Amino acid sequence: MNTTENIRLQDTSKGRQLKDKLVLGMVILLSLITISPIVLIIGKLIAKGYRQISLEFLIQNTPDTYSAMTALANGERIPGGIANGIVGTLVMVTLASLIAIPIGIIIGIYLYENPGKRLANFTRSLSDVMQGVPSIVLGLISYLWVVKHVTNGYSALAGAVSLAIMMLPMIVRSTEETLKMIPNTLKEAALALGTPYHKVILRVLIPTGFSGMFTGILLGISRVLGETAPLMLTALGSSMINLDITKPTSAVPLLIWEFYNDPNMIDLIWSSSLMLMAIVLILNVISKQIAKKTK
Amino acid sequence: MIQHTIAEIKDPALSIQDLCVYYDKNKAVKNVSVDIKKNTVTAIMGPSGCGKSTLLRALNRMHELYDNIRTEGKVLIHDENIYDVPAIKLRRQMGMVFQRPNPFPTMSIYENVIAGYKLNGIRLKKSEKDEVVERSLRDVALWDEVKDTLHKKGTFLSGGQQQRLCIARALAFGPEIILMDEPTSALDPIATSKVEDLLVKLKENYTIILVTHNMTQAARISDYSLFMYLGELVEYGKTKNMFTNPKDPRTEQYLTGKFG
Repeated sequence: MNTTENIRLQDTSKGRQLKDKLVLGMVILLSLITISPIVLIIGKLIAKGYRQISLEFLIQNTPDTYSAMTALANGERIPGGIANGIVGTLVMVTLASLIAIPIGIIIGIYLYENPGKRLANFTRSLSDVMQGVPSIVLGLISYLWVVKHVTNGYSALAGAVSLAIMMLPMIVRSTEETLKMIPNTLKEAALALGTPYHKVILRVLIPTGFSGMFTGILLGISRVLGETAPLMLTALGSSMINLDITKPTSAVPLLIWEFYNDPNMIDLIWSSSLMLMAIVLILNVISKQIAKKTK
Repeated sequence: MIQHTIAEIKDPALSIQDLCVYYDKNKAVKNVSVDIKKNTVTAIMGPSGCGKSTLLRALNRMHELYDNIRTEGKVLIHDENIYDVPAIKLRRQMGMVFQRPNPFPTMSIYENVIAGYKLNGIRLKKSEKDEVVERSLRDVALWDEVKDTLHKKGTFLSGGQQQRLCIARALAFGPEIILMDEPTSALDPIATSKVEDLLVKLKENYTIILVTHNMTQAARISDYSLFMYLGELVEYGKTKNMFTNPKDPRTEQYLTGKFG
């Protein structure tokens, strides 16, 4: 009896080990499938775009169609670069952050401090809805508000406003979620020292939740970096570097769209996309590092 | 209402008069009246949910963080009702130590000790700061352990050290009264006994009110004890007398382990 039992035990353990291996194999396979698109995208961008990337590409403005055509005909590298787009993107994203970050953090703190209040619940659902609004609609809104009434024409400011509206709900929710994770005892400890309420928020809650909030902000920024649709209706584009926020301005995604529409410059879409991807990836890595370090 | 007065307590550090605390309509602390003697350790004991923490939190008005809690009655310090002074001023006179050590994670050990000054925007000279930090850390017997790592984060310390750091933080501001809400419940026995020794030493300069669910702790370190049951103050008296000769049958049952 003892031997038969032993054999049965061995059998089941073999079957179990086989099943374990099968599941492990499935998990690895599915993970590979999941990461394959990003690997393929980056591979394609590098393969097609690396030839255009150079210092010139970063510091020169977009070429006109004629010079691009000549270069193509002679089999040379297309001259010029995307400096106007890079500067425009930086200007608009910075402006959008300046608008969205303070407002978003304040709303997030409000939601955290008044979880059950009707206005807070209403704000929270609205900001969730806002996250789902198509970006082109936000572009339209900004067109109506800013292009029509403030700058009387396409402008970087209008682009920044549409991007800020996009970032806002992300910052609100990440602020609220981060603050929720801070143990309540910390707030009590600060209050028990006789700390006024505003100092508790400024000196204890925000520094403690800084990494989480910062990660949310960086993710919001990397999300709007690639936005094209709202900028078409607001910033329009420009072939020169423009630092005046009331004038039309270019942006990297806008340039990609322009290059796509010009058969002479179509080669530039790969290098521009590569640049944009690189910036987004770098921001992502930075935010992950900060989150890891301060946790 | 039973008046729990002890004749020998004159010029009390804190006089609680007919204090009630309500959660919505539920009366969690029922008409408690006691005088707390200066420079003693007074333990508040009782089974879970008897209102001991609620009572403690009403003393520095921490209950005001929650909308649904309100109080009735008076608590006097130097003949002044604490509910009539600004909560911020009151909390500076009363230190509080919590169940779990909660040093500020973004601050170093040094900054944690002077957090009370920093957070209240009180500027000190470097030498004054150094003095406050050293004195407070010496008071909690932590100075020798951390004097070389003052600028490391407070959260790197062990649990017991963190709790002593939190006590130092409460002491730095020079409060008269220190409220402690089960300060050793998250600590191991060695760390617990260090904190207990510390409390006995600290009562020379401070009045300590200690909530504990651990009766042996109350017996070891407290001078006076309150026994609470279902929100009611059942018995108040010298700890020695209460443990050897409890007057109320409920106290006796609790102390002999019949409930709680």
